[in-house]
Amino acid sequence: MKRTKALVRKCFLTFVSALFAISFLMPTVLTISNSFMTQAEIKANYGSVFAAAEAGKTYISESVNLKFIPDKVSLSQYITTFIKSPEYLLKFWNSVILVVPIVLLQVSVAAVASYGFSRWRGKVRDSIFFFYVILMLMPYQVTLVPNYLVSDWLGLLNTRWAIIFPGAFAPFSVFLLTKFMRRIPVSQIEAAKLDGSSEWQIFTRIYLPQCRSALYSIAILVFIDYWNMVEQPLILLNDTELQPLSVYLSSINAGEIGLAFAVATIYMIPSLLLFLHGEEYLVEGIAQSGSVKG
Amino acid sequence: MLTSKDNAPASAQFRRQRWSKSKRKDFLQSVAFLTPSVLGVLLFFVVPFGIVIYYSFISGSSDGEFVFLDNYKELFHNYAFRTAAKNTATFSLMAVPLAVILGLALALLLEARIPGKSMFRTFFLSPMMVPVASVVLVWQVIFHQSGTLNQVLSVFGVEAIDWLNSPYCQLVVVLLFLWKNLGYNMILFMAALANIPKELLEVADVEGASAAHKFFHIKLRYLSPTVLFVTILSMINSFKVFREVFLLAGSYPYEGLYTLQHFMNNTFVSLNYQKLSAAAVLLALVMIVLIALLFKAEDLFGKDVEG
Repeated sequence: MKRTKALVRKCFLTFVSALFAISFLMPTVLTISNSFMTQAEIKANYGSVFAAAEAGKTYISESVNLKFIPDKVSLSQYITTFIKSPEYLLKFWNSVILVVPIVLLQVSVAAVASYGFSRWRGKVRDSIFFFYVILMLMPYQVTLVPNYLVSDWLGLLNTRWAIIFPGAFAPFSVFLLTKFMRRIPVSQIEAAKLDGSSEWQIFTRIYLPQCRSALYSIAILVFIDYWNMVEQPLILLNDTELQPLSVYLSSINAGEIGLAFAVATIYMIPSLLLFLHGEEYLVEGIAQSGSVKG
Repeated sequence: MLTSKDNAPASAQFRRQRWSKSKRKDFLQSVAFLTPSVLGVLLFFVVPFGIVIYYSFISGSSDGEFVFLDNYKELFHNYAFRTAAKNTATFSLMAVPLAVILGLALALLLEARIPGKSMFRTFFLSPMMVPVASVVLVWQVIFHQSGTLNQVLSVFGVEAIDWLNSPYCQLVVVLLFLWKNLGYNMILFMAALANIPKELLEVADVEGASAAHKFFHIKLRYLSPTVLFVTILSMINSFKVFREVFLLAGSYPYEGLYTLQHFMNNTFVSLNYQKLSAAAVLLALVMIVLIALLFKAEDLFGKDVEG
């Protein structure tokens, strides 16, 4: 009797979890599966929403048709994207040359600073760290104006550096990495000091190797965050030539709706690969961010 | 630290003499490691924010007269700002408790021994990967006047609603917010659940405690710092949902969707830096109060659990 009850409970819980989980996955699946529809089919299914939006109407008579399985599997969206509309690939490249430097610079700057924050404690350093946490938690709307002003002065407006520099010094990585580094036992440093290692050697030979997985998980989190950025490029890059695909993707109009899913799928590939390859690291990184104290 | 020895104040000189040689070396080394990051943060965040504070106190005319709180007063009398502040507050009040409770519920669900757990976890995290534009597209298709939701509801005889232009518009965005953030919150709760000492729960089992008792008297006590953290984090993320709303409904959406972020964006476009600066300073102040509460609370509860 008790065993049947437990079994029923288990089935119920599994069912509920599955229901939730599948609804969470739905937009991802939809994007990918619809990318294999013909452009005509996409237009027939969703075109009316966008045509109406462009005409400034809210009411449309034809209904839209949310569909997961294409009538006919076709690569036409991809072929058009690659051959006829190379501007999408250019925007993709824009994203790459914005996001990759940000990830590399932010993680490098953070690695050095985190060593400083975790190796030596003191009132001043702890207050600076506290300040970093506050800065990290500020919504973008607070830093938007300062960001704009400083880029203006330095003549960086409308160049990629207006986005790369603030990204490189954003305190998120410092926060997370310091928490990882503070768990490395002090005894290791003392032993290294007795062997006559310099601080730089301790940093590169003892700390960095032990933080390898932490660095990886931070890099994934930073990458995913910036890969989907919209606000910064909209404000700091007037020149659409320079804008990343994340922004450009949002401005797809009714005429190009047929390509939207293929382009979105292509855009998802880097983060999807990182995610599938490094899910454990990602989860560990999130779990570590779970409290503001070191 | 940079002043030469001669004109340094006497007390500093005295302190320096008291510093042992190794302590001084430590200090210099830590400065060397911190300098790149601190300089960058100063240049790109702190100094410009100082300017923003200054802007919030001067008038918009070319002479830049010091007007003290006038910009703030004007802001409070501005209808758009008040609407935006009210909408942002109601949105956060709805979305944040749901994000915390459902995040915890999902973590508890996946804690149970059920098959496919790790796959479900992957699914819950998948929204992090989806480009904003695709999300917006899917949401538009679902919640449009002639969209999927209305099609489903029409089976039950419910009349079609243009969801994004109706009093329900905030609910649509709450759903979007939950979809995007629950996975992250769930992971935070799962990590916290894994840190509860197993012995405590085993003892409770032996003593025949009910599941509810275990949850409210043991788990929740250990989870309280995480509950607070997730609350603050969700509050911050609730400000970020502007990105989606902006793409979903444009710069001037249905009034219920006009949030602080719209206000700031539109003020930015109209180049009213003084008003914008005052709004940014106010927002920063609210955030600082929230963050200070978080730190205080974590101090309080953290000690309780460790002790």
